[in-house]
Amino acid sequence: MIRLKTNRGGNLPAISTASLPDIVFILLFFFMTVVTINDQQLMVENTLPFATEAEKLEKTENSIAIFVGRPKGEHIAALGTTPRIQLGNRFVNMDQVAAATLGELYTIPEHLRNSATIALKADRTIKMGVILDIKEALRQVNLFKINYTTVQGDVFQNIEQLD
Amino acid sequence: MSRCRQLPEVNAGSMADIAFLLLIFFLVTASIPTDEGLRRRTPPLEDQTAEIKDKNLFEINLNQNSDLMVEGEVRLFSELKEAAKRFIDNGGILPGDSGFCSYCGGAREAHLSDNPQKAIIALGVARETDYTVYVTVQNELQGAYNELRNTAAMELFGSTYEEMKKQYTTAGVSPERKKVLRSRIKKIQEMYPQKIVETTITNF
Repeated sequence: MIRLKTNRGGNLPAISTASLPDIVFILLFFFMTVVTINDQQLMVENTLPFATEAEKLEKTENSIAIFVGRPKGEHIAALGTTPRIQLGNRFVNMDQVAAATLGELYTIPEHLRNSATIALKADRTIKMGVILDIKEALRQVNLFKINYTTVQGDVFQNIEQLD
Repeated sequence: MSRCRQLPEVNAGSMADIAFLLLIFFLVTASIPTDEGLRRRTPPLEDQTAEIKDKNLFEINLNQNSDLMVEGEVRLFSELKEAAKRFIDNGGILPGDSGFCSYCGGAREAHLSDNPQKAIIALGVARETDYTVYVTVQNELQGAYNELRNTAAMELFGSTYEEMKKQYTTAGVSPERKKVLRSRIKKIQEMYPQKIVETTITNF
């Protein structure tokens, strides 16, 4: 009697996983190139408003970010919940905004300083008073280019959320 | 000698784990830069005064309750873009007179702007106005200008204004092409210059 040898139930050949590291490395390199490491710790609430007509900032090297929002996390205990301005990695008062921004301006390369843009990243809960004061302070030190940073989305959601 | 013939295979199974750890580390610590926003210029320090005819001024006001008032009437936010477009693109000067806007597609009404060069939008905000509402208005105004510029660019150059701008900033465009694009963008911007003045309302 001849026993037919069937593959059924037998050992399956092992799938080679040798190329798996390569795939993961490709992913890794992809992320390393597209990503920037966050050196700024966000100390204020920062949910940006929606906009549909927003333009991309061509360069991020020549922009100075100013965050406006209520303090969050451990800062609430010290500062309460009134809106604060964060520049770099610290809180600044309204009368220090101009000086601090100029300080930041000197950290960007000289050939880019002329085109320096202020990226105003204000939270949705902010009132215009703070924004107007910041704009006036920056105007006093000849910084006219302002970018109201937004996220892509329907603008009318901005209004609905207030109700 | 026979010992060396077959080298033991290095187990590469854990390599994937190491790479995964690195990948996850990067994912956690890093963020993809997604900076986009509405670009605006604040006016220079020197105070400038100019006589502006009432019809060339489009007044938008936002009060402390974030209500919208356009030209003295309470309006909905969704109507703002069309109203702004109608104002900018009006072209009220009659054909033959100086300053006649030949490319304007507006209704040429007497109470709206003479031509896009003279059309000025005045945006008044109160200190208590919500920032989001302000951004909404700025977005709608930008939208109005963009749409007018797109139409004009489409007619003149067969491609929209936004498309040309995008092309201008993409890498790898030849210098000659860039020069052409720059002059075209400039032309469109001159046709519809963006003139937005901001005022602060102290007591509404």
